Amino acid sequence: MSSACGEQQRMVRRVALVGTPNVGKSVLFNALTGSYVTVSNYPGTSVEVSHGTAKIGGQSWEVIDTPGMYAIHTITEEERVAREILLNERPDVVLHVLDARNLERMLVMTLQLVEAGLPVVLVVNIMDEAERMGLSFDLDLLRQRLRIPVIGAAMARKRGLDEIVQAISEYQPPSEPRVVTYSRLLERDIAAVTSRMSGSYQLSRRSIALLLLQGDEEVAALVRHQESDNAQAIEQAVREIAFVRRESFHLDLSMERKEIVRKAVQGVVQIPAERRETWGERLSRLAVRPVTGVPLLLIALYLGLFKFVGGFGAGTLVDFLEGTLFERYFNPWISGLVINVVPWWPLQELLVGEYGIITLGLRYAVGIILPIVATFFLFFSLLEDTGYFPRLALLVDRIFKRFGLTGRAVIPMVLGFGCSTMATMVTRTLETVRERILATLLLALAIPCSAQLGVIIALLSKVPGGLLVWAGVMTLLFLLVGFAAARLMPGETPMFYMELPPMRLPQLSNILTKTYTRMQWYFLEILPLFVLASVLLWLGKITHFFGTLVNAMQPAMQAIGLPKETAVAFIFGFFRRDYGAAGLYDLQSKGLLNGRQLTVAAVTLTLFIPCVAQFLMMKKERGWKVSVGIFFFVSSLAFGSGYLLNRLLSATGWV
Amino acid sequence: MRLSDKAEEILESMWIAIEEEGAAFLDLDLIGFALDDPACRELAGHALVEVRQGMLYFRPEGREEGRATIRRHRLAERLMMDVFNIKGEEGDLKACEFEHLLNEGVDVKLCTMLNHPTTCPHGKPIPPGDCCQQARQNGDLGVVPLTECKSGQQGEIAYIQTEDSKKMQKLMAMGVLPGNRILLTQAFPSYIFKVGFSEFAIDTALAREIFVRKL
Repeated sequence: MSSACGEQQRMVRRVALVGTPNVGKSVLFNALTGSYVTVSNYPGTSVEVSHGTAKIGGQSWEVIDTPGMYAIHTITEEERVAREILLNERPDVVLHVLDARNLERMLVMTLQLVEAGLPVVLVVNIMDEAERMGLSFDLDLLRQRLRIPVIGAAMARKRGLDEIVQAISEYQPPSEPRVVTYSRLLERDIAAVTSRMSGSYQLSRRSIALLLLQGDEEVAALVRHQESDNAQAIEQAVREIAFVRRESFHLDLSMERKEIVRKAVQGVVQIPAERRETWGERLSRLAVRPVTGVPLLLIALYLGLFKFVGGFGAGTLVDFLEGTLFERYFNPWISGLVINVVPWWPLQELLVGEYGIITLGLRYAVGIILPIVATFFLFFSLLEDTGYFPRLALLVDRIFKRFGLTGRAVIPMVLGFGCSTMATMVTRTLETVRERILATLLLALAIPCSAQLGVIIALLSKVPGGLLVWAGVMTLLFLLVGFAAARLMPGETPMFYMELPPMRLPQLSNILTKTYTRMQWYFLEILPLFVLASVLLWLGKITHFFGTLVNAMQPAMQAIGLPKETAVAFIFGFFRRDYGAAGLYDLQSKGLLNGRQLTVAAVTLTLFIPCVAQFLMMKKERGWKVSVGIFFFVSSLAFGSGYLLNRLLSATGWV
Repeated sequence: MRLSDKAEEILESMWIAIEEEGAAFLDLDLIGFALDDPACRELAGHALVEVRQGMLYFRPEGREEGRATIRRHRLAERLMMDVFNIKGEEGDLKACEFEHLLNEGVDVKLCTMLNHPTTCPHGKPIPPGDCCQQARQNGDLGVVPLTECKSGQQGEIAYIQTEDSKKMQKLMAMGVLPGNRILLTQAFPSYIFKVGFSEFAIDTALAREIFVRKL
């Protein structure tokens, strides 16, 4: 039985993709696996890892796309997960993907992987752009020197894919693996540690010893576990060496590795004396200079968010899908059908009533939310694929520092304009807990999601000045709360560093894949909630609890100068923020709200508690205490601001 | 010419009183020396000073010597403060002992290492030496933090100075290693630099910790 199991396990072989961020790992992953991808959190962490399957050489392979890592000695959580995969999942082949333009710098990690005794295949990616810059490569020479398979590729154009597939299926461990030899001093230190080891490891002992000397706590724990008897002797040896070389061990090691790599690439890369500036570099320069970068950003936002998402998505598409398709054809037809087939009134209500699963849930989901979210994600993926976001991050870093964040946080913030729930999840890429909490708060409060945004822009564009007041209040509160929260919450100023990937023409297939993955996640997450919301609202209606709740909220509504029917939109809003906005849309079409009321309602609703999904995500990511705290803070601020705004607008008559 | 420690101290006092405070001479009584002190005789014997009516006057050679002596003293103070991190009175005392070792070109080496400082830790001017003039003429600004570079300037990374070892490792993983060429392309709102064919953005705090030798 056990042998059969072992056989089974060996049937599915594993290949792991590793490399620094932005070298094209994901594109290679998609090319290898097609669309059979599952994205899941790595056990025990909140870092996402994609798994897929591929048929390679007639065999079924599991392909794992690891988070970006810079070195085998890990610093961030993503890097730790990437190494965990190398340690625990025992891949049969490790594909190290790197950027041809930065061969020398990135080979340092290849060296570490080879040294660790892993089955490395090197993919020198982005050859096309490197060649366009005038670089030329002798990869055969590199292959001989490293004694591992080396493949030149340009994944965006599928160049080299066949060779990669072949290299995976034919992989044989090298008969004489390359030994990385350091200076005599370092070799003596390594020997002092390895000679005391007797346990078995996934990585070579040399590699383990070097990690210990670099003070890697995870590896230290692993060694304690594997070496019950020798653990103390090893620790003692490591401590002694660490003390003797305390001044510059990390630097010495880096310099030695750099020198080894420098020798290894001699004659491999030919760099032209004169550098050619590509149009991408020129565009990049425009994007990072404040004088040109800010107008560029505004143009992108105007065209992308206002025209494409707001105008085309929330206008044209919604009118067609919701107005024409649902209201005129689908809803009357399905209502008639259900009423004929189902005799029982409460069930009729559940399916096709005022808050019915089909007539309301499905109509909102497909008619209003789908086109808006789809156009937003399309726009977001387009910007992402050009490499614009890191440039935006450095542009806003100084401002974000005032909120206790770094420019890095701009990515979840922008994503928040699409779906704040997804953005709350993405805040985990921020480095400190403090940054994550601050970003979560700002997302919950002042960042409207695309569905909400689309509906609000559509609504308020009919109220002169309304949109301006709304945007002004949002910006003001975003700045005020961000500024105050950063001061009230003590902690270190985080540091900002980011690699700027070259700007490039977006690839349609990449954009579509990214949009599709996001849409899929979005709908898997929200559809159940749409159904649940409909069921709860239905329950509320047939038990008359809903009417009671609307009445109970009347004083609150009155305080901010709104008719009591608006409470419906707020109750909807609790189930989904976008639902709430769509509820306002309904009220406005019935002519129940004037311009001032519409503006106040839009502001309050945007600020108001995040939707259930976002609240649950906050709880999952930040824990009960923080999320409940944010919940109460945001709710009181929303109604407080609504109250003040109503007073102000009534007094001044601006809107 | 090698002067005694005491003679050097007298020259320093003379420099401060005459050159910096504008007096015509130094009253020996004020610094607690007698006219027949061997140090005084030593200075007069080398024809560095002139004694008239019990007061000390510089001769031209003496002024040069005083200038060099005060320079060594203040360089020593900078060394104590900036490099050895010995501050306050203890730093001053150690500087007084150390300055006498800065002869025969050691002061030039120290001055270059400290990147030709112009003031001592107390804010008093350090008279420039030949090495300072030369550096100024060559436009050789020595090793400076990245924040002091202008955009478009190229340099070689000299060292990274940070107390946070994680930060150091992050920078090194990014290719910020001593000896690598670095090109600063922008300094506001964030620092953008190129190492090899890669481009990075960092904030001011990190840029302050990367030291660059300008090319």
